[in-house]
Amino acid sequence: MNTQKFEKIKMKLQKSSVGIAGIGGLGSNVAVSLARAGIGRLVIVDFDNVEENNLNRQYYFRDQIGMIKVQALKETIHRIDESVKVDILNHRLIKNNMNKPFRNVDVIIEALDNADIKTMFIEEVMQKLPNVPIVGCSGVAGYGHSDRITTKKLGKLYMVYDEKAKDCNDDVLMAPRVILMANWQANIVLDILLGEDN
Amino acid sequence: MIIVNSNNIDFVENETVSGLLKRMKYVFPNVVVKINGRLVKRTDFADTIIPDKSEVSVIHMISGG
Repeated sequence: MNTQKFEKIKMKLQKSSVGIAGIGGLGSNVAVSLARAGIGRLVIVDFDNVEENNLNRQYYFRDQIGMIKVQALKETIHRIDESVKVDILNHRLIKNNMNKPFRNVDVIIEALDNADIKTMFIEEVMQKLPNVPIVGCSGVAGYGHSDRITTKKLGKLYMVYDEKAKDCNDDVLMAPRVILMANWQANIVLDILLGEDN
Repeated sequence: MIIVNSNNIDFVENETVSGLLKRMKYVFPNVVVKINGRLVKRTDFADTIIPDKSEVSVIHMISGG
């Protein structure tokens, strides 16, 4: 390993912060991946509790069933790395106030589930925080078809996107594709924070 | 000529974003649209005219996360 490069990256990431809207299949896996990468501060927002049917793709464990998700994920992150600062918000994102938890972060992850809310969130945050990059995801349902996934860049909005994927209500949600796209989002965050690798 | 998601599409005079979405058969209820890098709010789709030679990006939001 190139330790000089690694140390430089580590220093930069330690000073960086990422906000994550929704910590289901996408968000919980993004958070853990970024914590392992060495991000200094995470702001995680969700209103759900951990349920048994989350465990097939979300970064939670059987002994966390019933726990508030933001609390469970904070614990997990601290089992990996105690030095990551994790700010938790256990509430629903409300229209006209969606940007509020993310005012002081370097990058925002859109990891919400419902298409209406995704659109609402992206529109509002792009308007109110025009200088903060957003990394969203659309089209996680199903399995296979990894090569259909692309990154669509619209100004400061980066979408991990499979335009041919079905709505999750008409398809299945499975760990390999959900986690692949979550880590695709996390990898874009590193691109944004560190600049293009060369 | 305008460009929609990297495809060349005929320019139609006075066409709105709503009109273009209909012409492209984009029936999805949730889309994020940018014209020449500028975000168009959904509430403005019916009144926003697309100029010739525009570059339009349309991303639709699919449930699941």
